[in-house]
Amino acid sequence: MSALTALYIGLYYVAAIILIGGLAYRIYEYAKTPAPLNIPTTPAPTTAMGVRFRMFREVAFFESLFKSNKWIWLFGYLFHVGLALVLLRHVRYFVAEPGVLITFIQPFGKYASLAMVAGLAGLWARRFLVDRVRYISTPSDHLMLALLIAIGLSGMAMTFVAHTDIVQLKAFALGLVTFDWQPLPGDGALLVHLFLVALLMIIFPISKLLHVPGVFFSPTRNQVDNPRERRHLAPWAAALDKDNG
Amino acid sequence: MAAPQFEVPKLSDTAYTAVPKVQEGSMAHMKAFVAGKGPQEFLGYPHELGEDWQERVIDRMGLALKKYRSLRVFMDACVHCGACTDKCHYFLGTGDPNNMPVARQELMRKVYRRYFTLPGKIAPWLVGAEDLTKDTLDQWFNYYHQCSECRRCSVYCPYGIDTAEITMAGREILNYAGYGQKYSNEILGKVQKIGNNLGLPGPALEDTLAGLEEDIEMDTGVAVKMPLDVQGAEILFVTPSADFFSEPHVESLIGYAKVFHAAGASWTMSSHASEAGNFGLFNGNYEQMRKIAMRIRDAALELGVKRIIVGECGHAWRVAYAFWNTLTGIGYGGNDPFSIELQKQLDPRYKQPTHICEYTWDLIQQGVLKFDKSLNDHRTITFHDSCNVARGSRMGDEPGGQFTIPRNIIKAVANNFHDMAEETIGESTFCCGGGGGVLTDDLMEVRVKGALPRMNAYNAVAQEKGVNFLALICAICKAQFTKVVPYYGFDMSQVGGVHQLVSTAIKLEQD
Repeated sequence: MSALTALYIGLYYVAAIILIGGLAYRIYEYAKTPAPLNIPTTPAPTTAMGVRFRMFREVAFFESLFKSNKWIWLFGYLFHVGLALVLLRHVRYFVAEPGVLITFIQPFGKYASLAMVAGLAGLWARRFLVDRVRYISTPSDHLMLALLIAIGLSGMAMTFVAHTDIVQLKAFALGLVTFDWQPLPGDGALLVHLFLVALLMIIFPISKLLHVPGVFFSPTRNQVDNPRERRHLAPWAAALDKDNG
Repeated sequence: MAAPQFEVPKLSDTAYTAVPKVQEGSMAHMKAFVAGKGPQEFLGYPHELGEDWQERVIDRMGLALKKYRSLRVFMDACVHCGACTDKCHYFLGTGDPNNMPVARQELMRKVYRRYFTLPGKIAPWLVGAEDLTKDTLDQWFNYYHQCSECRRCSVYCPYGIDTAEITMAGREILNYAGYGQKYSNEILGKVQKIGNNLGLPGPALEDTLAGLEEDIEMDTGVAVKMPLDVQGAEILFVTPSADFFSEPHVESLIGYAKVFHAAGASWTMSSHASEAGNFGLFNGNYEQMRKIAMRIRDAALELGVKRIIVGECGHAWRVAYAFWNTLTGIGYGGNDPFSIELQKQLDPRYKQPTHICEYTWDLIQQGVLKFDKSLNDHRTITFHDSCNVARGSRMGDEPGGQFTIPRNIIKAVANNFHDMAEETIGESTFCCGGGGGVLTDDLMEVRVKGALPRMNAYNAVAQEKGVNFLALICAICKAQFTKVVPYYGFDMSQVGGVHQLVSTAIKLEQD
């Protein structure tokens, strides 16, 4: 095994551990922090089923963002849907026999990368063109967009410009999953692409990418509007009742 | 009205308020009066920063992050997308970028990142993390008192980030740093010492109510009562204390009394709980909010009432509707001894607590109340959805009942009604500009400028539809608009309550 292959194998195991462990820890933190008061943004659903539907609309269609700003919605939606399709397309590298769905979306996933990068470019342009968004942008906001666009472009270079050794790459990826390590093709675009993806995985649990688990724990979106019918009580708040109950 | 010390924004030609260019620092001079030793000590806070203030601020912040999931998640989840940047009435009215919800949050987030996150500890310049300095603390004080906690931003945030939660936490931390706001903290003292926010003692309240009874009887020839501390009454009615003394608030109080009279209800107010408002909400202090709400529980248990009804007040209704059950056991579904004690006393046929608009609308639907709508014909009415009612509570059984029920009442008692522009009502409603602890003269510039989006929408229906009455269901909205509409060229008599309209049109039978 070459030093390069060994390096990337190590990198990906570290990245995977940080991503999974870090996210698990964050989710644990969010879950164990109590929400002492009923604070859904109303009008809100009055049943748990209604809340699941609200959350589904939020996650699948970005409902609140659509209400808010059509440009951000358009660019954000292009990026996220594009990314979802691209990720699904990549599943073929990690399973020996891709199923019907994964096979079906291959061509869509290919062109979805264009939507993804276009959406990112639109979001980035807003950081320069809209004075309000320029004011709130930090260096890390710009770098995050640069990172995602670089991942997209390096991936697209392999799809649309110069193909990498796809058979060998699949062997490498499958090898990572099955601990049966195989050599990595030493292609420049691929190395850049894989390095940046690993970097993204590593910073995920310590960056604003935490909006992904965060939205599910947002009390203004995930609470049922039923405070007159149900008594919501956090453990630290219940202790107060005992003092002067 | 004294000549303003600042430029009053110009009304636009349409209902729409144009998004201003960013004007950095344009409201940096705006600082609320700082609370003195008396109110701070009464509430258990220090009254000066002291040498270890930084440590205490960071400790308090860590504690808040452990106690409130909202704060914990909201500190992490923001991606700076900009969706909220043009949604705050204070930004629209001032152009100060720190009044954009995300930037207001960022004042806290930059400290959070520096002290509580890995990237902020190792590369603060990269992620917008900053040391906690006295300048930052001053920014917190200034800009967390230029937020009315109206939650409009939370409607539009893709993650539901509610700046109100961050403002509340910010004020709470400031309080523990010894840097409280005079207006809110003095009121928090008065309500706990005397029983209401105005500091109105029991005997004065009794006199006022007796005087109002005489006035109504002179006006209508009907002996409408305003009972106080009646043991064994069926209904405990709790209303903001402004209703007892302020104009136009008192007109609504007369309206409630007439409704109870016409319904033949057995009701009482309480001198112990002579305040529905709860400024504990504004400071994000759970314990204080609970203490203030407990007065209502105590009064309900002592008087032995079966129902609790709340008068026209926005934040009071949010606390009552959404938090009373949690704080005091007023509601249902409790299975602990504390909540069962009260819940077994309350009549399960009714929602607890009930909003006065729910109560009145029920009676209208049952045909119990009769009106002469033509008595309101000199008015062409629009309705302002109060922020806390619109986005923090509900009326009736269906989501959105808080929008339809007050409008249904207005339409049942008056002939001329027009809504303001769609994007300024319902869940998109603009705050009056005076909510959340901002209703003080030392913040008049914030209040006037923050009212701009509402004033533009009101001006549009005034011009196009001849609207001359802004109907409200909130004591703060009433006080704020009465003071602020003259800056925009309207007469303060155009401001009033929904139950003021009810009072005008209701037919009372002679005894």
